[in-house]
Amino acid sequence: MAWFKRSKENIASDSTKLELPDGLWEKCPGCGEIIHKKQLEMNFWTCTKCEHHFRIGSSEYISILFDKNSFRENDRKMRSADPLGFVDSKKYSDRVNETMKKTGLSDAVRTGTGKIEGREVSFACMDFSFIGGSMGSVVGEKISRAIDRAYRHRIPMIIISASGGARMMEGAYSLMQMAKTSSRLARLAEEGIPYFSILTDPTTGGTTASYAMLGDINIAEPKALIGFAGPRVIKQTIGKELPEGFQSSEFLLENGFIDLIVQRKDLRSKLVSLIDFCK
Amino acid sequence: MNKAVLDFEKPIFELESKISEMRQYADKLDIADEITRLERKVKKLKESVYGDLTRWQKVQLARHPERPYTLDYIYLMASDFIELHGDRQCKDDKSIVGGFAKIDEHKVMIIGHQKGRDTKSNVYRNFGMPNPEGYRKALRLMKLAEKFNRPVITMLDTPGAYPGLEAEQRGQAEAIARNLLEMSRLKVPVIVVIIGEGASGGALGIGVGDRILMLENCWYSVISPESCSSILWKSWDFKEQAAEALRLTAPDLLQQKIIDRIVPEPLGGAHTNYEAAAKNLKTAILEELNQLLKLKTEKLLDLRFSKFAKMGVWHE
Ligand SMILES: [Zn+2]
Repeated sequence: MAWFKRSKENIASDSTKLELPDGLWEKCPGCGEIIHKKQLEMNFWTCTKCEHHFRIGSSEYISILFDKNSFRENDRKMRSADPLGFVDSKKYSDRVNETMKKTGLSDAVRTGTGKIEGREVSFACMDFSFIGGSMGSVVGEKISRAIDRAYRHRIPMIIISASGGARMMEGAYSLMQMAKTSSRLARLAEEGIPYFSILTDPTTGGTTASYAMLGDINIAEPKALIGFAGPRVIKQTIGKELPEGFQSSEFLLENGFIDLIVQRKDLRSKLVSLIDFCK
Repeated sequence: MNKAVLDFEKPIFELESKISEMRQYADKLDIADEITRLERKVKKLKESVYGDLTRWQKVQLARHPERPYTLDYIYLMASDFIELHGDRQCKDDKSIVGGFAKIDEHKVMIIGHQKGRDTKSNVYRNFGMPNPEGYRKALRLMKLAEKFNRPVITMLDTPGAYPGLEAEQRGQAEAIARNLLEMSRLKVPVIVVIIGEGASGGALGIGVGDRILMLENCWYSVISPESCSSILWKSWDFKEQAAEALRLTAPDLLQQKIIDRIVPEPLGGAHTNYEAAAKNLKTAILEELNQLLKLKTEKLLDLRFSKFAKMGVWHE
């Protein structure tokens, strides 16, 4: 699944994130503007000049969306078990341990419940910084349990995706997480409980081809890369350059797969309105 | 006839050619004993070669150009097949075929990936790589089966969902995702059989069911060994290692509790004897079907749900 590689290449090219000496400044990959981190944070990690949406992780999204101190994280201790004893250029177990140390995360998703302007929701947010946001057993299980909480407590489900797709190092187990999470969403839908899927840059592969595309409402951040196959693979297949804006949020909106594109600063208020319409 | 012969099949193939050559002279020369001796030798050789295939060799067998495909199994296992076409939205995807058929007394819906045999038919079938229309056609046929209370049998054999421009534009990801969701709640028994290549989401897109069967010499995983090699080893040359690392054969998947049953193939692979392969598959399908038909719908769906809920391994 070459979208995985491509996503990694993307990190490399996106890390024009150029840390300035004191580590307090970031360079916008969109327009080159140098922005102070405090200012960036105040502006929801979007560029003050060109509105480029910086890639952020679960901690940032939790702070953007939830009422102060209302978020309770679940299944924090869940860890990858390396079920295949997978080894490529390095051992998968080492890769996981190193990534855990480097990111301070336990895997590529965090889940829990919390309040958005007083409305209780079940929440899952992927972290692209953890092995390309790839979905293995831990991601699949944590998301499934989050959907179960929405189901049991009859509260809306929100998933924020940022992922290169299924995790290769867990083989077919990773693939089956697509079926597992989708069947959870099927059951949730039968109960008339709303599910909001938020797709951020990038969302590709098995993640797009399961829960990310199955929202009652699919919301994308502006200019995110969203697709099944990665651009590099498609380019190889068709043997020519891809059209401008191909597989962007705007492209998906135009082709009918996204309900709306929402700026990060409006995400919270938009979710509140949508939750109130779907209750 | 120009037979496709894999590397590890060569010694067997050569010996078999020798035997058939000798048979032509058998009535003129007194070589019957010699032929018997060679036949015994070829049998032994086959047992040792096929009894000890590497994972990569099984991947090669799964892709054998003479391997039976969905339509071959349908014609050999079932009767009264009526092929149904189209997704009712856009077009008829030729890389997925489906329709009503009878397996003994059971009226069922059979749906499967379909590859071609030569360049022309492979172009027609898009090498068994569906566009979104294929998955939507499959879903339409499954809903049809549900409406008329007919069990669904799907056959997986694809190198992947087609990574094309139009495929993305028409929602490849959405089409697969929708099938996963719908198949998990389909109110009729669903039997899934991996008959060749089970490449990732493109295979799983028609692969959610109550029983997952797998023919002996198939592979099923999240990625092909070649692509895995190119991404993780940054070179196409590590496909053998990738195949080993991915644990993608039928015995592997049985051990991982991802499939329920391995369907044996004739010695040498399904392509050496279509009838025997189809007979084994038919027996397995009928056994599973008869069990599933005893279940009430609610029970069936509960079991299907918990089957997939259990998949995966983690620490906590
Ligand atoms: Zn900017």
